Amino acid sequence: MGRTIVPIGPYHPLQEEPEFFSLTVEGERVVDIDVRIGYNHRGIEKLSERKNFDQSTFVIERICGICSTSHPFAYTRAVEDIFPMDVPERAKYIRTIIAEGERIHSHLLWLGLAGHFLGYNTVYMWVWKLREEILDAMEILSGNRNNYAMFKPGGVRRDIKESDIPDVLRKVESIVGTLEMLRDAIMDDPVIHARTKGVGVLTKEKSIEFSALGPTSRASGVARDVRKDSPYAVYDRLDWDMIVTQNGDVFDKVVVRVLEMLESVKIIRACLLNLPGGEIDAKIKNVPPGEGVGHIEAPRGETFHYVRSDGTNRPVRHKVRAPTFMNLPTYKATVVGETISDATIILAAIDPCYCCTERMAVRDVDGARLYDGQDLIRLSQLKTERLRKELGFGS
Amino acid sequence: MIYLFYLLVYGFLLTAALGLFASWVDRKVTARVQYRIGPPLLQPLIDIVKLMGKETLIPRGASRNTFLLSPVAGLSSVILASALLWVVGLRPGDGFLGDWIVAIYLLTIPSISIIVGGFASGNPLASLGSSREMKLVLAYELPFVLAALVPVIRAGLILRLGDIVVAQQIAGATATSLSGIIALIVAILCVQAKLALVPFDIPEAETEIIHGPLVDYSGSSLALYRLMKNMLLFTLPFFLVILYLGGIRLTGIHILWSVLKYLVLVAIITVIRNTNPRVRIDQALRFFWGPVTILSVIAVVLAVLGL
Repeated sequence: MGRTIVPIGPYHPLQEEPEFFSLTVEGERVVDIDVRIGYNHRGIEKLSERKNFDQSTFVIERICGICSTSHPFAYTRAVEDIFPMDVPERAKYIRTIIAEGERIHSHLLWLGLAGHFLGYNTVYMWVWKLREEILDAMEILSGNRNNYAMFKPGGVRRDIKESDIPDVLRKVESIVGTLEMLRDAIMDDPVIHARTKGVGVLTKEKSIEFSALGPTSRASGVARDVRKDSPYAVYDRLDWDMIVTQNGDVFDKVVVRVLEMLESVKIIRACLLNLPGGEIDAKIKNVPPGEGVGHIEAPRGETFHYVRSDGTNRPVRHKVRAPTFMNLPTYKATVVGETISDATIILAAIDPCYCCTERMAVRDVDGARLYDGQDLIRLSQLKTERLRKELGFGS
Repeated sequence: MIYLFYLLVYGFLLTAALGLFASWVDRKVTARVQYRIGPPLLQPLIDIVKLMGKETLIPRGASRNTFLLSPVAGLSSVILASALLWVVGLRPGDGFLGDWIVAIYLLTIPSISIIVGGFASGNPLASLGSSREMKLVLAYELPFVLAALVPVIRAGLILRLGDIVVAQQIAGATATSLSGIIALIVAILCVQAKLALVPFDIPEAETEIIHGPLVDYSGSSLALYRLMKNMLLFTLPFFLVILYLGGIRLTGIHILWSVLKYLVLVAIITVIRNTNPRVRIDQALRFFWGPVTILSVIAVVLAVLGL
């Protein structure tokens, strides 16, 4: 049978961000897949090196609109690791609340989109309506629906008012009923089973081989969660379960995320009820020379930040590794052999975030850099010149 | 002359108006189910008019004439089929022997026109969508014809829609019998696939292949396809009303009754499309060739036995 290339991207209704998958297909079956990203590169690491430690938090927050807390969280932990120092108790609780709120809204966002990719737009709309409750709760806490700006090296920027706690608690708990209904609906719906069970299986071995992270690995039976493995904030003091399933298919990835949301609700409730008093900020002055790493469990997996300081008020090097960077290559193991219809939901099942991932440079096989900033400007000028000639504008 | 009148006024204008209305009902109900407000009443019409005013682009490498003519062919066949059904619905005596076959035949052409148009555009996604549509047509056509055979058998093996309507007016609607109920269920599922609505919107699958065959259509040719689909949303349920629910009568209380029958069918279609995810093409094939075909055969056997 003849092979055709089916493009998904760079602009495709499947995903919101520009990315390009070229699926080599025989009929409906995918025999090979190539992934190209790099349409979204914004040079955030470089930007961060030009800001001072406090300002960087805001830049880092804009790496991703959905993990807008995970990146500052990992970054502030990396900066605190340079000292090393500890943040006040109250700040730890507030950080946990914000991070878990983000996890719920991120998983809900994904669940809705997964429904949309399967053509199940009712789920899409219902879940996104549910997500509004969480966004409202986050707005009460931080003043923002997304991009909360709550974090700063040494603590948090904004305190939680006692009078807000009942409202937030009510809003967060209000989603539990609907979530449980959704969980049961997904577990029982035969058509959802037909579309997701046994589809895009990432085996335990492959998951370890690719170093998959977060829900992607936990759905494959690899119990890997930074919150348990290397506890930070107050996760080790709270009672919650790591959700691990064994099959590694799309269905399990859905289940893991739905159940994780219920755990997150539990965590938020426990934090809000046990919120200790005291300072929220350690008020650090100067960051000493040295280097630090910070890693936390973002909704999509482990986010890792590395910061080096030379004693001035700016990081001299800031490296970000987003979870999608590790999860992306699992496509090779999951998509090949499936049909195009399944390919789209499998691609979406790792909950990819390209804007988090894209900090790359083009190099040839010998490791020499092909394009740097100057080269790109030169190429752009050449292209403009060529277009002007072609269109007859003269030079 | 009377036929021309039926063709233009009933076949085109009335069907288009009712089809656009049905499409609005579908969109509005869908929106309400999904906690959205939904479009205003005239939105489907506005969409078509707006598209009419847009530029029609013909992709490089497309086979130009086929590309532009297939929506026209699809729309014309829907108009013809609707005119035929209106004649039968309003004046059962005016049909002709074999119009049952003609109606089924004409109602297949829209799918064929989409297949041809998709292949003509030369886009890989469109070709993929067209091949899916082709498989889908092969899947649902057999059970659909078998299900449509049930009222024929019950009317005494006469392939004339008018006689089917008259027979139902005497002996009660087809759907009041066991075979009729089964056939109606099969037919609704097939209509869902014919309309390319979830769970059988596989050929168009927006998030997979970006509307498949229609991906390269724009402007007035896309408008024709949209109009065709909207009209089908009226014509196909109307066909089912004639076959299984005793047709329509536009006198007195029967008007309300006719509208109700039609709206119930549209509501069922909308509910199905809002409570299911899209299935895969192989699953759809297995579904139609397996349980649905078996059901339709059972319905035919029951009809022959007089149940």
